[in-house]
Amino acid sequence: MFRPKTRYVALPSPRAGVGEEVDRLTCPKCDTSLEPARLTAALGVCYRCGYHFRLRAPERVAMLVEPGSFREEDQAIVAKDVLGFKDSLPYTKRIEQSRAATGANEAVIWGEARLAGHPLVIVCLDFAFMGGSMGAATGEKITNGIERARQSRLPLLIISASGGARMQEGMLSLMQLAKTSAALGRLNAAGVPYISLLTDPTMGGVTASFASLGDVIIAEPGAMIGFAGARVIQQATYETLPEGFQTAEFLWQHGMIDLVVPRPELPAVLRQLLDLYARNGVAGDFELHGKAKTPTQAPASVVQR
Amino acid sequence: MSDNGSVAAATWEQVELARHPDRPYALDYIHAIFGDFFELHGDRVFGDDHAIIGGPAALDKRTVMVIAQQKGRTTAERAMRNFGMANPEGYRKALRLIRQAERFQFPIVAFVDTSGAFPGAGAEERGIAWAIADNLVALSQARVPIVTLVIGEGGSGGALGIGVGDRLLMMEHSIYSVAMPEACASILWRDIARKVEAADALKLTAADLKRLGLADEIVPEPPGGAHNDYGVATDAAGAALQRHLAALEAIDIDRLVEERYQRYRKIGA
Repeated sequence: MFRPKTRYVALPSPRAGVGEEVDRLTCPKCDTSLEPARLTAALGVCYRCGYHFRLRAPERVAMLVEPGSFREEDQAIVAKDVLGFKDSLPYTKRIEQSRAATGANEAVIWGEARLAGHPLVIVCLDFAFMGGSMGAATGEKITNGIERARQSRLPLLIISASGGARMQEGMLSLMQLAKTSAALGRLNAAGVPYISLLTDPTMGGVTASFASLGDVIIAEPGAMIGFAGARVIQQATYETLPEGFQTAEFLWQHGMIDLVVPRPELPAVLRQLLDLYARNGVAGDFELHGKAKTPTQAPASVVQR
Repeated sequence: MSDNGSVAAATWEQVELARHPDRPYALDYIHAIFGDFFELHGDRVFGDDHAIIGGPAALDKRTVMVIAQQKGRTTAERAMRNFGMANPEGYRKALRLIRQAERFQFPIVAFVDTSGAFPGAGAEERGIAWAIADNLVALSQARVPIVTLVIGEGGSGGALGIGVGDRLLMMEHSIYSVAMPEACASILWRDIARKVEAADALKLTAADLKRLGLADEIVPEPPGGAHNDYGVATDAAGAALQRHLAALEAIDIDRLVEERYQRYRKIGA
């Protein structure tokens, strides 16, 4: 099921060198030296301690959907340097470097696909590309995905992995929070289900917008999820943060997410959710890629958020 | 900074003006602009957050719903207001007021003045991100006119959590940013000392937002800043709010909500 094109699917962190050839990977949790082939076969989950390595977006999508069913959209939408932003590098150079290093165009891919027999819209963020940060192009692609789900009445799955807003796009980045949330408000009112999958890490503005707006929210074990980072909180409050603060398990204990799902169980859990939420003909009763059957209206009982 | 040094210094001056300790805060505007204001308290879930205040207020012949971020002036009040940084309770109280505004058809007037939502362990435990996201949805769909006025600092998602609306007005020396300059410098360079450089790069002044097409109008302040003459600043703010509300009330509500959606939809499209 998991047959990535490259050998470098699972990476301990972007600092380990995205796209670099690595012969062996060391698990950051248990320090075991892991064989890449075995790690790949284990879906990027440490076969000793269960640590979930981060995945690139294409591998993540390939892991979940039926082979060959994913059709990527909006590949031509790319970031623009509207502000003329310069940190240590001009933003345009930073984008170029990220493209070269990751082979990706932006921090998100989306398209229609089929999962366990269900057509759906899948949107997947890529942490390797500038920390999965949400610039205007990122927000535009995510919003296009949300709007497709609404227009086609296909269930929506968004897989988050992001440090939050993209500083280099300033307020244009912040406004993507409002844009994606507004689009989800309409999807919600239309009665089309949205499953939000939170992976390591999901922070900042992404958590404060689309990531936390799922009808069902699930997360991978150990994923760091939150709004403010632990460093910022400690600097601001001098608080001692509890053990496991901002992990998926911590959020589950506090009632913020529905379930923590180990990666190998994701296909089965998603299948179960799609089966249940698509049952009454509200969504999912459609062919892929725009060949809709008779449109089903949302029942009158669907209330707006 | 090099040759951009003087530009950066001028931007930093705007940041300091926006944060000036004598600057009028939300309640100063509220008491000056509205004939009557009844503050409502509590989110009906957990507590009352004094960093976000609100309630019905009289403006001309109508009632509006005021939602505002409030900073404190004395040491005790600053602590009570948590320096204007709201917890989830503040955003959930705001949501309660948004719902009530819809029910009674009160236009919403929001005053933004925060460096950001509160970065605290309790805020995370109680779902600060969830509370903000819910407000983004609620405000984007609310079937009443909404005018937002940034009076001091507009900081990140914490500002946006009460800041989505039909019109964005900014006081002349207010700022609005994806992250405060200190946070941005910390994120990009792990060095808060480069805040001046960050402030300039972020394009966060009222004039920048107007140029970017994000702010609709800049409300003039008295010479040197609003702290020099509260009356001039609050009069100008009141007049601008009246004018924009009147224009929005003339628009059919279905069209207004659609235009609000498109307003955000086209940013970065």
